[in-house]
Amino acid sequence: MPDGTYLDATELVLNMGPQHPSTHGVLRVILKLDGERVIGTECVIGYLHRGVEKIGENRTYAQFAPYVDRMDYVASVSNGLGYCLAVEKLLSVEVPPRAQAVRVILTELNRIASHLIWLGTHALDVGAITPLFYTMREREEILKIYEKYCGARLTTHAFRIGGLQYELYEGFEDEVRAFCDMFLPKVDEYEELLTGNRIWIARLKNVGVLNAEDCKAYGVTGPMLRAAGVKWDLRKAQPYSGYEQYDFEIPTGVNGDSYDRYLVRIEEMRQSVRIIRQAVDRMPEGPIMGKVPKVIKPPLGEVYVSIEAPKGELGYYIVSDGSTQPYRVRVRPPSFVNLQALDKMCRGALVADVVVIIGTIDIVLGEVDR
Amino acid sequence: MPEQKAEGKPQPAAKAPPAMAVAPWDDELARSLKQRFGEQITELSVYLGQKFLVAKPEAVVPILQYLNSEAAFDYLVDVTAVDYPSRAERFELIYILYSFARNERIRIKTRVAEGARPASATGVYPTANWLEREVFDMFGIEFADHPDMRRILMPEDWTGHPLRKDSSILAMDHRWVKEHLGIDSGQ
Repeated sequence: MPDGTYLDATELVLNMGPQHPSTHGVLRVILKLDGERVIGTECVIGYLHRGVEKIGENRTYAQFAPYVDRMDYVASVSNGLGYCLAVEKLLSVEVPPRAQAVRVILTELNRIASHLIWLGTHALDVGAITPLFYTMREREEILKIYEKYCGARLTTHAFRIGGLQYELYEGFEDEVRAFCDMFLPKVDEYEELLTGNRIWIARLKNVGVLNAEDCKAYGVTGPMLRAAGVKWDLRKAQPYSGYEQYDFEIPTGVNGDSYDRYLVRIEEMRQSVRIIRQAVDRMPEGPIMGKVPKVIKPPLGEVYVSIEAPKGELGYYIVSDGSTQPYRVRVRPPSFVNLQALDKMCRGALVADVVVIIGTIDIVLGEVDR
Repeated sequence: MPEQKAEGKPQPAAKAPPAMAVAPWDDELARSLKQRFGEQITELSVYLGQKFLVAKPEAVVPILQYLNSEAAFDYLVDVTAVDYPSRAERFELIYILYSFARNERIRIKTRVAEGARPASATGVYPTANWLEREVFDMFGIEFADHPDMRRILMPEDWTGHPLRKDSSILAMDHRWVKEHLGIDSGQ
């Protein structure tokens, strides 16, 4: 800092967070300002670090499965799916088609729930209160389906290694269909509130621009990469859990700004509904559990398996030494990697834009810090 | 691969094979890598359909550079490490790469000893910055020429590296806890 008081200084250092409503959790951003302009930022993270990877080394494969739900807690089903797929790959276990279809339905519902949380809070950050009430209302219906299916609303632990624990409850298909019918008009409603809204456009357009080159250099994936015009989605590029059977589009943007990310996520919710409807209509009969040994003891080896989580590429790198516990579990979290691009996006922006940019990355600090 | 667990862990099953059941990785990319880097690549293998190579530590950044510019591996997915305390070179560093153009994923592994300072990949992939900081934080592997080699998840004045195998799951920096939280134990 220069001599004299801060008021004389040409540069001001400002702490945003860790206790700040717009940082969506305990994220601290140190801003270096020239008046209202941001010259540089630095993220201080780790406030929510619980040592998930260390816990994984000290639990059996099955015991660790509920822990992964606590990382991205608004998309716990996706976390669980990634972990189960990785262990199944290590074990070379086949998951029956019925279990795969149920997994797809629950994961896509989860993507909608995660995007709804994002949309509501992001709009709230920008100053629109109403969308939050709307999105929470629809998300509640998804959580009710989860609760009926597995007894939990948020940290669901819905899947088991090798398939599913529970058979679908009576009336599941009808409820999911009813949700889809109810939900699509609601997406139009959100769009009516926001898409053409002059304030929304003024706050989001050309804010937090990240082009395709920078996205790749910084490892940014998910809706942020697609908003920059890269048509890349792991569900299409390297399909898992039977995604290759479903017909859906990958929405992309052009400018790679906050507004395009908004449009991409809105369209992704519609596409998720499309996938869910197909999966419900074609629900195969049969067992819901693959041939998994009673004691899970994968052979010596290592795998990296990743899925398209709502926030980007979520990967698990698991090393097995042939015992009942993983030798090493590494989680490749999309939020952590995407957050690294914050500095690049914030330079030259206004302080008020920083709030928008943090919102548009769609981070969950439980996953950033693990 | 893993020979031995830290204390308190069950021993591997007697039936387990002594090494990973790998197949050789032999395609155009593998051959061009072998031709270009020769003895510096010690293994090219495929396990469960996933390709990986093991290289000498000093060759890793040149290999990344080559793969990025010549083979379109433009996305560094992850950098991480595994600790094998019984080995002479106790740490295994893993770089996971993906190519959008080829829709292909490969892993580059290398082994480094305690105190060695492997070169940073930040010059090739900016995303390595935070990923390498996390490796430093969790394992204590310092990367040479890294622009900002500090802890990232643990507090800056913490002592110890939690993901090392000799660090127990209950290990804690008592001095730090006493100083910052004013309590004797966080457990």
